This record gives sequence, structure tokens and C-alpha cells, in this order.
Amino acid sequence: MNLTFSFAIFLVTFFVLLIMRRFAGVAAHNLTLLQHFSKTSLINLIVYAGVFIALVYYIVFLFIGGATFYKWAVQGIIGLGLCGFLFRLLGKNIGTKKTKQAFAKMPVTAALGILLIFLYATVAIFADFLAPYGQAEIFPKANLIPGGNPDFGGDPAHILGTDQIGRDLLSRLIYGAQNTVGIAFVTTCLAFLIGIFFGFLSASLGGWFDQIISRIVDIIMSIPQLIFALLLMTLVTAWVGSERWLITMYMILIIAFLDSTRVFRLSRAVGMNIVVMDFFEAAKLRGENLSYLVFHEIMPNAVAPLLAEFGLRFCFVFLTISSLSFLGIGIQPPLADWGTMVRDLSQFINFAAFSPLTASLPLMAAGAIALLTVAVNFVVDWVLQMTSGLKD
Amino acid sequence: MSNVLLNISKLSIDGIVNESRSRIVNEVSLNLKKGEVLGLIGESGAGKSTLGLAAMGYTRDGCEIVEGSIEFDGVDLVNCSDNERRDLMGSRIAYVAQSAAASFNPSHRIINQYTEAPIFHGKSSRRDAEADAIQLYNRLRLPQPDLIGFRYPHQVSGGQLQRAMTAMAMSCRPDLIIFDEPTTALDVTTQIEVLSSIRDIVEQFATAAIYITHDLAVVAQMADRIKVLLRGNEVEENTTRQMLKAPRESYTKSLWAVRSFQRKQKSLAKAEATPVISVQNVTAAYGKNEPVVRNVSFDIHAGRTVAVVGESGSGKSTAARCITGLLPPLSGSISFNGTPLPPDYRNRSNDQLRQIQMIYQMADTALNPRRKIGEIIGRPVEFYRGLTGQAKRRRVEELLAQIELEPGEFIDRYPSEVSGGQKQRIGIARALAAEPKFVICDEVTSALDQLVAEGILRLLTDLQDKMHLSFMLITHDLSTVRAIADEVVVMKDGAVVEAGPKDDMFTPPHHAYTDLLLSSVPEMDPDWLDNLLTARGFDNIGDAAIEKMNES
Repeated sequence: MNLTFSFAIFLVTFFVLLIMRRFAGVAAHNLTLLQHFSKTSLINLIVYAGVFIALVYYIVFLFIGGATFYKWAVQGIIGLGLCGFLFRLLGKNIGTKKTKQAFAKMPVTAALGILLIFLYATVAIFADFLAPYGQAEIFPKANLIPGGNPDFGGDPAHILGTDQIGRDLLSRLIYGAQNTVGIAFVTTCLAFLIGIFFGFLSASLGGWFDQIISRIVDIIMSIPQLIFALLLMTLVTAWVGSERWLITMYMILIIAFLDSTRVFRLSRAVGMNIVVMDFFEAAKLRGENLSYLVFHEIMPNAVAPLLAEFGLRFCFVFLTISSLSFLGIGIQPPLADWGTMVRDLSQFINFAAFSPLTASLPLMAAGAIALLTVAVNFVVDWVLQMTSGLKD
Repeated sequence: MSNVLLNISKLSIDGIVNESRSRIVNEVSLNLKKGEVLGLIGESGAGKSTLGLAAMGYTRDGCEIVEGSIEFDGVDLVNCSDNERRDLMGSRIAYVAQSAAASFNPSHRIINQYTEAPIFHGKSSRRDAEADAIQLYNRLRLPQPDLIGFRYPHQVSGGQLQRAMTAMAMSCRPDLIIFDEPTTALDVTTQIEVLSSIRDIVEQFATAAIYITHDLAVVAQMADRIKVLLRGNEVEENTTRQMLKAPRESYTKSLWAVRSFQRKQKSLAKAEATPVISVQNVTAAYGKNEPVVRNVSFDIHAGRTVAVVGESGSGKSTAARCITGLLPPLSGSISFNGTPLPPDYRNRSNDQLRQIQMIYQMADTALNPRRKIGEIIGRPVEFYRGLTGQAKRRRVEELLAQIELEPGEFIDRYPSEVSGGQKQRIGIARALAAEPKFVICDEVTSALDQLVAEGILRLLTDLQDKMHLSFMLITHDLSTVRAIADEVVVMKDGAVVEAGPKDDMFTPPHHAYTDLLLSSVPEMDPDWLDNLLTARGFDNIGDAAIEKMNES
């Protein structure tokens, strides 16, 4: 199975698709699917050929064994796609008329995104009930392998295994949702409050106020964000002394402050576009005060882009927190956090070639981060598409 | 072989929005002989642009040809392949868009965009194409024809750009050109030079053309035949002269009749009466730039409509911004009922702000899209009169009734759910809600179809009579002025050129500029352009005429 071989299958598939497309064009008019296929673009054909090869390889590996992670990935993608599809089907048939309509128009990716975000939120809120053990509880058996099979070095009591000092990984993953997602959510909200406040103020006041604030933001944004965050975190670590929990508080404030600069840029730009509209001028000439202008004239028209930005910003904040935790100055032990979990277990990735189960230890937390990021982006894409559709 | 160039028969086109279909063009047939010019007229939404594009075998995204055939010189444009269509486009069929400024690529020189089509189709080398371009620029009477092509689009005026675009369409000497409202965005004096150039060049090369417009007087100058469309259906078709003389269908007649709405001029206000708004020697500038308005003075009396007329850039909207206080003037004063107003709106009292209201040109941007109509009109009621709850709702319903909209139907809708004319009425209701004495109408009808515009003008005059309002009517459309103004102020380059009662304004002698403006407004006479050109000569229209006037 070398590279030449896979390239050959790719070319063959691609040309077969090309020929099929050519003949689909002359098919009868009542076959809408074929008619539709005849208008597929070349790039889509390449993607189809790629997907086809990926599936061929998957089936081959099923029989000859090996490539465990590849099989997991394909199974995961198919499984998640199925979940999204079923969830959408559920939404189409259950609920009020409005939600049914919304689900009917929704792509599968958005349905999956909503389902995943909902699951994450449930896990985060009910972590205390869902987790089998406490997040700081230490068990005598350390380094248990996931899967719960004693023959491979697992334990049915710890279905996802334990870490290097014997804490249950399933519980820590569940508590990690609470800590990481919760803190990221609070931080993003704070960043938006600060960013929107100054952004709209700059847009509607203009002049020197706008100049000063914008230049300050430019200066902050010119410093690489992670390095700046590291610098500030090092400073506050020196201040807090023995009260370690304060570090988390300071981290929220620091990340919110740094991210609010990005929110400021967006809300100022959105605000600027609204401020030059005639209806805003009419409100100004009516003698309305600043708070009415911001909350009644700008805000309702800025909700859609800001909501989309909220989704994206949430992912970035979440990744920043995980990176800081990974570097050891974010969420402090014994609080469970996905970034820290990846760091603590990272050396197990070296076992991937011999023992896939061992190597999956750090991948579980990393996967939790990745999946949430993807889910949020699916939903954001959908919201953006809907709002841009409204403008037409 | 017959000399039919384009034959469209029973063509239907559907628009697909969110999986629901709506008919845009319904079983319209059309044929065009070589060298013939067909005028397509109709209101917005009549499907005239869609039909024009379909003549090239092209439909916009979301549009689909459902049935019917389009045959161009023996080629079936509906079923031919993309390659065959590509060979025709640009070389045998060309398209001139409404806004040349938006259609030129801003980052290429004009002449490079001219040569693109001939080189692509292998008609000529770059050097030949450039030489040809210069020749055509010369023909179209563009200033400095051998240099103008090497400028970028933003360095050339709107009228010149539109002519350069016509030249570009001509580059491969096509058999058919589609003109989609080529002069709608231009001032009247510029429009006439574009019209005369287009007509000249179409005649010269015996090119067939489809001329799409909503302006009857323009189409009367250009077309041999006229086809009238209404909501995708053909209303009637006839030769231009026949159509103008004796329109058959009632819809066509109503289109013709719009231009006849005219209100009698009111008697002049007494000289000693205090004007509602008095603008005295106002000079204003944006930032530290050259003043846009220089030493402008005029009075507006109670119950009168004063039209401020001028081309784009003449400073008429800037004068309005000075009155509202958005742009404090550098010098001069504005007084309301005899008392001077603070120059900046921020220093005016709520009562002073209430007395001066504004109606905007683009109703789309003048109404907050995220607020219901009831809230939009209700806000000034609440803000100035302190009415809330039921009292406020009753007042809003009263106002909606005044602008002839059914209150129960509209109060809970969003602006996006009503038509353009209705939006403009809501803009009027918002101004009325403040119970003002003086209203500035900034090009209120220029974005509307003629029938709808006429309704708005009638509403404005009715309201003026009922509430004794004073209007400042900013416009570049002289037929609007003729319809409702009492007094006229003509502005040019930021200064008042001429001012006086309407009847004096429309009877000679005029100031040279007023004369130029008046004579540039197309009339419903097919010979009008010919007569004008013979009377004034090719070199005495548009920009050239203005330059000549400035020199003398």
C-alpha cells in the first residue's frame, strides 16, 4: 500500500467520476439527481474521489488489521455524522412548529454542532452527578489503560483508566468540562462586555475618544497574545503568593482583557457601518441620548455578527486557557482541566506504534477540546449563513 | 435568410428564493431585427433586466429558464454549451451595465479593460485594439481620446465612464448590445451627452440594441420600438411614435399620465412675514477642505414648498445638513421663526429639534431594520409628547391612517416586510410624529417608480395643506419641481445661481445654467434629442456646455 498505488486509485476514481458526470448531463430531465450531478464542480469531484479512497482504505484495513487510529477516526466521523442526522430527524418531528421549520432547513453539521454543545453543557452542569469519583480522588492503581480489560492492564472500575498518580480519568474529563468550558464561557462573556462597550462607544462618539482607545488597542494587539498572557500571568503569580486559586481569577481577567481587543475591533467596525445609516442620523437629530443610541439603534443591528464572533472567540479563549494550563500557569491542580491532562499524559503518545490504547490517554482530553471547537464552528457557520441570507 | 437577429419566444423565467419559486418573466416573446433598437420599459420588478440578460442566454444566480426559447442568429442560447455561449458573449453580444463606476474593475486602466474582449476572442492584437479604442473614444467625443484610456476608472467622471463602457461594449463590433439603464445614475446634463453618443454609435455601426429603462422620455429618444412590461408580463408593444401617440392599454396610459401631475403655485408669501426657516449667508465645509456651500441665502415661508435644485455635488444636501445642525456652518446663520438656531444640533433644545424633521432618499437605510414599524413611528411620539402604552398606540394608528396605510396591518411589521413606496410613507409618518413645522425632503422620490413617486408627491401636498407644513424639497428631477414646488432655488458649485417663484423659473429668460438644466430634461417627443442637437450642436451639451458657460 504505497503512495503510488493510492495515487493511481485516486486518478482512476477521478476519471470515472468525470466520465459519469459527462453522461449524467444527457440523462432524462426527470432524473433530478443525475441532472444535479452533471453540474458538480471539478473541485467537488476531487473531494468525492478522495472520500472514496478513504473509505476503500478503511475497508482494506478492517480486513488486514493495523492503522487503529485511522479506523477510529473514520468510525468517529461516520458515527458523529449519523448522530447529527438522527438529531436533525428528531428535531424535524418533535417540538413546536418553529423549531421544526428551523431543523428542516438546518444542515447536518449544524445539527451535530448543536447536539454536541448541548451534551457538553449538560456534562459541565451535572458534572457532580455524572462523575463516578471526585476529580482529586487518588486511587492506588496508577497508569491504568482505558478499555477496562484486565488482560491489557485495565480495570472495569476505571473505564477510561487512571493517570500517573492514580486519578480516575473519566471523572477528570467530566470535571474538566465544568472547569475548562465554564471558565472559557465566563472569560468570553467578560471579553465581550468590555469589547462591545468600548467598541460601540468609539463608533458613536468618534473623534479623539475613538483615536485614543483604538491606538491603545493597536498597541496591545501588536504584542503576540500568548506571550503577553504568559508575561502577565508570571507577574500575577508573583503577587498571589500562597492563595493559588487567585491565579485562576487573574487568568480570567487577563484573557478577557486581551481578547476584548479583538471584540473591540469588530464591534467598532460593525458600529461604524450602522452609525452612518440614515436611521441613526434621524435618532441623533431627535435628540436621543447615548445609551438609547447604543442600545436601541446599534445593538439590534449588530447582534448577528457579534453572535458569530462570540462562537469563534469562545474557541480561541478556550484554546488559550488550555495552552496556558498546558504550560502550567493556567487552571491550577488539583482542579481537572483538559489542557493540563494533555500535558500530564503527553509522553504516552510515544506508545502509539505498540499499544494504541495507551497512546489514546492524552488523546481523550485533546479530542474533547477539538470536538467542542469543531462543534462551535459548525454552529457559527450556520448562524453566519443564515444572517447573510437575510441580507439578500 | 431572414434578417431577424434575436428571437425570444414564450420565455418564462423563475426566481428561486429559499426553495419557493416565483415567476419573474412570464411567456414574453420578443424579436429584434439587425440594426433595430428595442426599448424595454417597466417599473422595478417588472422583469426587464432579467429579460435583457436572458437575451444573452444568461440568468442571474437563483433564476432559471423554465420554458421558451432564445435564438440568436440561429444559435439556440438555452440549450447551447457554455463554450458556445462564451464565444458569443463579448464578441457578438455585449452588455452595458447601469453603474459604470461599479462595473469597471477599479484596479485596471480603462483601455486594458477595453482590449480584453478583442484579445480573448482573437479578433485583434493588443496594439490594434488600443488604436481602435482611441478611435472609438474620439467618436464618442471623450475629452483627450488618446490619453483618457490610460487613466484608472476613478480618475474619470461618471458620464465619461459610461461612454467608455459603451466603447468597451463596441470593441468587437457586436451585433447586439444590451443597455441596462445606462443613464439612470447620471445627472440630466451628463445624461444627454451619453444618450447622444450611444445613439450615434449604434446608428454608425448598425448595431441592434435592447435599451432597458424606466424613463419614458429617454426611451422615446433611443428606441424604434417599445415594449412595456408589468410584473413579468408583456403589456403591449408598438413602434415608438405609435406608442407615444396612442397607448392602448390602461397601464401604459397611467405611465404616460404620471408626468402630468401638477399643483397650482400658491401666491407668494407677504414680504414682511417672518419666514419659517431663513438661511443667511451660510458657508460650510467638511473638515478643512474647500467650502462646499458658499454664501447661500434663502427663505422658506409657512405652508410653502421650496425646491432646491442642482446636480450632484452642487451643495444642496450640504445646505440641508447645515439647517438640521449636523454640519455647523463656518459662517452665516439659520433662524427658525425669526429666532436664530444654535449651529450644532447638540446645542438645540428638544423643541427646536422637533420642529425640523427630515425625510430621507433611501427609505431602506432611513428605517432601523430591526425595529417594528409601530416602534419606529412610536418613538418620536413617546420622546416628544411623553405618550406611552395605549395612548401612544392610538397616536401611531392615527399617523398610519394619515399616510394612507392600514394601521392594523402595518403596526407590527418590520421594514423589510413592506414595499419601497410604503417604506417611504413610513419615513414620512416618522417625521410627522414629531409634529414639525418644517420638513426637509431629500430626494424622497428618486429611488421610487414613477407611479409610486406620484403617490408620495400627492400625499406630501395633501399633508402640507392639512397641517400647514413648510417643505424644503431637495431634488435633481425637474418634473418633481414642476409638480409640487412653489419656489425654486437653483444651486451650482455650492452657490445659489437663481431663485424665485416656480412659474418664473419655467418661463424664459433664465440664468444660463438654469437654461441648460431645463433644456437637458428629456421630453416625451421622439424628435426631442434631434432637435436639441441641431439647435445646440454636439459640442454644446453636457460637460462641454458647462465649461463653455463657466468661461463666458
